[in-house]
Amino acid sequence: MDSTRRILLIGYGNPGRLDDGLGPALAAAVEKLQPAGVTVDSDYQLTVEDASDVAAHDIVIFADASTSGTEPYYVEAVAPKAALSFSSHSVEPAVLLHLAQTLFNAKTRGYILGIRGYEFNEFGERLSEPAARNLEKALQYITLVLADPQLLDSTSGASH
Amino acid sequence: MQDTQDLKRVVIEPVTRVEGHGKVTILLDEQNTVKQARLHIVEFRGFERFIQGRPYTEAPVLVQRLCGICPVSHHLAAAKAMDQIVGVDTLTPTAEKMRRLMHYGQMFQSHSLHFFHLASPDLLFGFDADVAIRNVIGVAAKHKELAVQGVMMRKYGQEIIKATAGKKIHGTGAIPGGINKNLSIEERDGFLKDIDQMIEWSRGALKVAKDYTVENLEAVAPFGSFDSNHLSLIREDGAMDLYHGNLRAIDAQGDKIFDQVNYNNYLDYIAEDVRDWSYMKFPFIKSLGVENGWYRVGPLARVNTADFIDTPEAEAARKEFMAVTDGKPNNLTMAYHWARMIETLHSIEKIRELLEDSDLQGTDLVVKGDRRPEGVGLIEAPRGTLFHHYRVNENDQVEMANLIVSTTSNNEPMNRAVSKVAMDHISGKAEITEGLLNHIEVAIRAYDPCLSCATHALGKMPLVVRLVDAEGNEVAKKST
Repeated sequence: MDSTRRILLIGYGNPGRLDDGLGPALAAAVEKLQPAGVTVDSDYQLTVEDASDVAAHDIVIFADASTSGTEPYYVEAVAPKAALSFSSHSVEPAVLLHLAQTLFNAKTRGYILGIRGYEFNEFGERLSEPAARNLEKALQYITLVLADPQLLDSTSGASH
Repeated sequence: MQDTQDLKRVVIEPVTRVEGHGKVTILLDEQNTVKQARLHIVEFRGFERFIQGRPYTEAPVLVQRLCGICPVSHHLAAAKAMDQIVGVDTLTPTAEKMRRLMHYGQMFQSHSLHFFHLASPDLLFGFDADVAIRNVIGVAAKHKELAVQGVMMRKYGQEIIKATAGKKIHGTGAIPGGINKNLSIEERDGFLKDIDQMIEWSRGALKVAKDYTVENLEAVAPFGSFDSNHLSLIREDGAMDLYHGNLRAIDAQGDKIFDQVNYNNYLDYIAEDVRDWSYMKFPFIKSLGVENGWYRVGPLARVNTADFIDTPEAEAARKEFMAVTDGKPNNLTMAYHWARMIETLHSIEKIRELLEDSDLQGTDLVVKGDRRPEGVGLIEAPRGTLFHHYRVNENDQVEMANLIVSTTSNNEPMNRAVSKVAMDHISGKAEITEGLLNHIEVAIRAYDPCLSCATHALGKMPLVVRLVDAEGNEVAKKST
């Protein structure tokens, strides 16, 4: 992998649902940095049309809130997967990669950046304090990754 | 009434390939005879409280947090209500047409997604087909061209939303009294470049939906079907109008219950019933009462209530559609798909009409008026009539919000569809297979319900089907 590859970062979630907004918050922070060769997108959820954008990039990073697991965040390589069923409401990253591969012959490599959140079940446009701290650490990490995408492979699956 | 404690209970939770979270419970006796079937909606009514105290100017942006599937509909309905709050009854041509473009973009992308990726697996492979192929992955594998068209049509609509609302998430395009941007020549030309392709694909999708319905009419006609009232906005001349109009309600034979009702007076005509087993209310037409006043909304209702459609190809399609029922309202649940594709073609025809209108490049974007304390905004969202109603205090804070979302209006019809399919296809069967349970979901999906989804964080949305006996013991489980 070299640093000149085209990278797509999709931050997704509902910012009106507290920590569910971690993905869009990361996308907004990365967008401000205006990194070269990086496309930043943000949406409430992944949907099928994202497959064409995924197909137009070499690497895609799916940034989302995670409800449990590793703090402050985890990174995981994701392979295309033909899931048996899903709702358009929430197309999983692996399914999106599969659609990009099947429909557009893409060879895009995918990674999930799951940022740990804690509060999801109320309306409110704010991040909880621990989620905000996790976001800060995830931003530091992703800044390094965008400068050196090889870090994605060397840090996938590791605790952070 | 039989004591439901003695019955077996089948639960489909959550219903898949609909927007959000839903649960179906079916109660069976010892012979597997269906005694009761209900759709439960997990709905978050907290939103109406959340918005209280917020500045009214923020409402069109805030309401998009309601739903990640149709934020544009909430954005525009709230903006229309706020137009009234700021004392504006007529927008500038540029503002009205930009909003319409945004709305038709929303309709186009939403209907495309539903048809190609949610409904088509059932139609192309059959309700009983192997679940391993009866999904969008199967469509991608076996009907790649259709799947690509669905993706690209959805993307086209989303790009229109982005260009008119400012961005895909938390768009800010519509503001009280108008709009905050026009459409640049560059943006317009970008959309015009692909418009012929979009129209061609829409024609193709319409043909798939029509052919499916006509060729399978014998099976489709009774499937989850029943007579009902229908409600929608309608233009003053009786044309379908998805953005603005007055309320019209017709009965199952097409006779008008009320017509050209100013939607500011909706509370005089529509009320909501509450039932202890559902989080979601049951709207009904007041003059007919709870028992007889329930109604359908959405594509089927809109095609039924319209006297005509003001774009040529969609109007020709409407005439074909109405001919199937000799000009009377079509009450077939599965005809929602055909009606939805008529609206898809109508939406892309309207998009072309708007893109060719130089008013979109106008610079007169906002009108001002005298503040009023109350505003109502209605719009025909992809899934049906959407009501937003607000009262604002002297400090410019929202004091009261009342929303009737499209899926709420379809609550009673969806429950009737679930019940009818359960009776017709499940009752008395020795084994209840996944394919049989999918019949229930097919009927629900025809309505394209949006079940007020909100949080979707990683790790959610499994499908679990459980068969539980009267004591609550799990006797069978299917999950994917």
